[in-house]
Amino acid sequence: MSTRMVTFTLDGHLYGVDVAAVQEVLRGQTRTRIPLSPVTLAGLINLRGQVLSAIDLRALLDLPDRADGTEPMLVVIRVAGEPVALMVDTIGSVVDVDADQFEPPPDTLAGVSRDLLLGAYKLEDQLLLALDVDRAVAA
Amino acid sequence: MDEIDEIVQEFLVESHENLDQLDRDLVALEREPGSRELLGSIFRTIHTIKGTSGFLAFGNLESVTHVGENLLARLRDGKLSMTPLTTDVLLAMVDTVRELLAVIEDGGTEGDVDVTEVVERITAVLEGNANPPAPTPIAELLPEAEEPAPVAEAEPEPEPEPEIEVVLEPVAAPEPAPVAAESVAPAAPVAKPPAEGEEPAARRNVAESSIRVDVELLDTLMRLVGELVLTRNQIVRQAGEQDGLDLMRSAQRLNLIATELQEGVMKTRMQPIDHLWSKLPRVVRDLGAAVGKSVTLAMVGRETELDRSLLESVKDPLTHLVRNAVDHGLESAEDRVAAGKPREGVLTLRAYHEGGQVVVEVCDDGAGIDPDRIAEKAQASGVRTAAQLAQMTSADILQLIFLPGFSTAKSVTNVSGRGVGMDVVKTNIEAIGGTIEVESVLGKGTTCRLRIPLTLAIVPALTVECAGDRYAIPQVSLLELVALDADRAATAVEDVNGASVYRLRGALLPLVRLTDVLGVESDRSDGHVLIAVLQAEGKRFGLVIDRVLSTEEIVVKPLTSRLKSLGTYSGATILGDGRVALILDVQALARRALTAEALERGAGGATNEEQRAAREQLRMLVAGIGGGRRVAIPLSSVTRLENIAASSVEVVGSREVVQYRGAILPLLRLDRHLGTMSERTGDDLVVVVYSAGARSVAIVVDEIIDIVEEETEVHSDIDDHGLVGSTLIRDRIVEVLDVRAAILAADPKFYSDPEVGLDLSDELQEAV
Repeated sequence: MSTRMVTFTLDGHLYGVDVAAVQEVLRGQTRTRIPLSPVTLAGLINLRGQVLSAIDLRALLDLPDRADGTEPMLVVIRVAGEPVALMVDTIGSVVDVDADQFEPPPDTLAGVSRDLLLGAYKLEDQLLLALDVDRAVAA
Repeated sequence: MDEIDEIVQEFLVESHENLDQLDRDLVALEREPGSRELLGSIFRTIHTIKGTSGFLAFGNLESVTHVGENLLARLRDGKLSMTPLTTDVLLAMVDTVRELLAVIEDGGTEGDVDVTEVVERITAVLEGNANPPAPTPIAELLPEAEEPAPVAEAEPEPEPEPEIEVVLEPVAAPEPAPVAAESVAPAAPVAKPPAEGEEPAARRNVAESSIRVDVELLDTLMRLVGELVLTRNQIVRQAGEQDGLDLMRSAQRLNLIATELQEGVMKTRMQPIDHLWSKLPRVVRDLGAAVGKSVTLAMVGRETELDRSLLESVKDPLTHLVRNAVDHGLESAEDRVAAGKPREGVLTLRAYHEGGQVVVEVCDDGAGIDPDRIAEKAQASGVRTAAQLAQMTSADILQLIFLPGFSTAKSVTNVSGRGVGMDVVKTNIEAIGGTIEVESVLGKGTTCRLRIPLTLAIVPALTVECAGDRYAIPQVSLLELVALDADRAATAVEDVNGASVYRLRGALLPLVRLTDVLGVESDRSDGHVLIAVLQAEGKRFGLVIDRVLSTEEIVVKPLTSRLKSLGTYSGATILGDGRVALILDVQALARRALTAEALERGAGGATNEEQRAAREQLRMLVAGIGGGRRVAIPLSSVTRLENIAASSVEVVGSREVVQYRGAILPLLRLDRHLGTMSERTGDDLVVVVYSAGARSVAIVVDEIIDIVEEETEVHSDIDDHGLVGSTLIRDRIVEVLDVRAAILAADPKFYSDPEVGLDLSDELQEAV
């Protein structure tokens, strides 16, 4: 069974979310920071009159901070009908993956990413890490 | 057609609605044939139609529903059981009723619809000798029967407990109801909108005056109007910046239209307050019975409308007030008679629009609230001192009942009087931007008055800037703005043992720095201070912000529960330039500020606020006092640093004092206080001035070394005289001064009663 994934990068790794969950991809949005909020909340953005939370996936996955001066992209996904923006480094493409390419996370993977990753799809040249959007948004 | 009188019209609308419910019930009944609840509901519907048709002299309708009712009564009482056949005849009866109603609607009379066949079929089933003449297959009946009324579903008639349904009955039958039933009559509006037009041609005349609209669609419209208001704000602002006259005109026109549209759409979301009130007669009756009082409930202005989202929020507070009024407000019948009042207590609900708000009053003609008793209680429980109470008017004292944990109920009943209540009511009402006040005349009664905004979706707000970010403060909490330039700010912002205050027309206004609350750094360095004077939770406080931007109408967007739980923001909005701004939750801010204030009085456990206050305290002024020792003084205690001439020190009694800005400051030499020797030479003294209210002391140190901004912690608790501990600052051990002890050493009466303080300074002046 093949799944279609939207891919993006974070700190050099390739991640993916199910294409069905993705609403749109944005760039250059002004974010309003939210003092006192957890670091994983990168702020609020205005998407055509709707106020969306932007989640900093790097912070969520315990990856190093984005280098200064690089502008993140936003992947707007819908979770339980509510749109949420995920902050990523760059957008990749849409790829079809098969279930037989999939493997659950290795036993050595610990920490937050174990909870947030469904597993990895073995692409020819690299691994595509499938993000558990429900948990990512709830975290 | 037009002359169908109003009663018939209402009857038609309600009957159509009831029939839709009936269809659903009948189908549901097939699935659970034994359900007495469903049978009961169906029975009542038919009973209602029967009663009204008899009253309106629709004989055929009456005869059909009469036999139907008989059949249903048997079923309900278990004398007959449901079979597909009974369902068939019942559905056939419903169809006939529909047909009759359609004809009545068309011509105002029953016309010549033949009902004998249906009546016969039902009678046959009733008599048990059913001989179904080719019953209509259920499959054919189902689709129509199942046709759902979408709005009715969005706003279901509550799955009724039978008793409530009984209460509902008199409404469905618009016969002139007796007064008691009148006051019990619930929401006509639920029944009022006509049934959906599945036979549009036949029902057009009923349907044309009103239609049912999906609530979701209204919400969408409201959102779009919100967007339009934002865009209008943008355009009006841009038009104001340019000087094209035409553009200006168009912008103004847009402004007007958008405002009207906004009002129009808002009106569609309005619902009469009767939606809430309709539940209350029963509450009052049951409660009255429980506490042995007889109560007449009067309602005035039940058609007064407010936003449906607000209705929900007002429900609980209103119910609470009503319960309170019955339980505590009204006296027992004996007491009433003794007081020369009628046995029956009167509870009046009144609603009206006033100044863009909805006012809802709950009045009882009971014993009233005795301000003296409230004052007594307030003093006994320590919420107010006798001196404070003496200065309060009776009206102000009454408002004390809204303080947490304040209850004057002499006895605790199972209804109310648990010491919670009015404060919760107040909190709930304030949460939706409303206010509550109480008026009472002893012996005559009590009135609680709620003022509720018409809508929550669009509110006027002040936009401010803090640390480069913009925030919105709802106008409803805003009292005034105070701007202080650097010179005035330096003296006008004073300090009560670490808590900044500002003297606003003589009264001390506690200040809360938004930067501190949010944990951000202010980008304002010119010393100007801007204070938004806010009121919430019955308290005033000043929120120090960086800049005031403008006032505008903002569209409130909800926040995720996660952000709401931060307890700082009540929502978000989109400003004219498209950027998102957070709306400050003034109530929550006030709660924090008040906790912090209570903390200054030495109360309260270890809370976040306390810890934050402790951190603020630990912004340290580091001073040398000789002998290589360094002492840290919490910066929040310090008002000024001065150099004074050593010769200006004078001696009064055994104390050293110094004249400073026209006042006399007791002097404390910190080196001696802490048991060391000053190494300073020269003829001037370095003085740290510490003030609280009108009193100041001067603390003499050797030199000012640094002001440390970083957060520090007291590492050790050296139990030494005059110190609270030591800490590491820039890799050196620094002793932390016990400011209170130091100040008391200089001026033993510093913290005591202000009057005593005045006497002391008088003495000093005389001495000098």
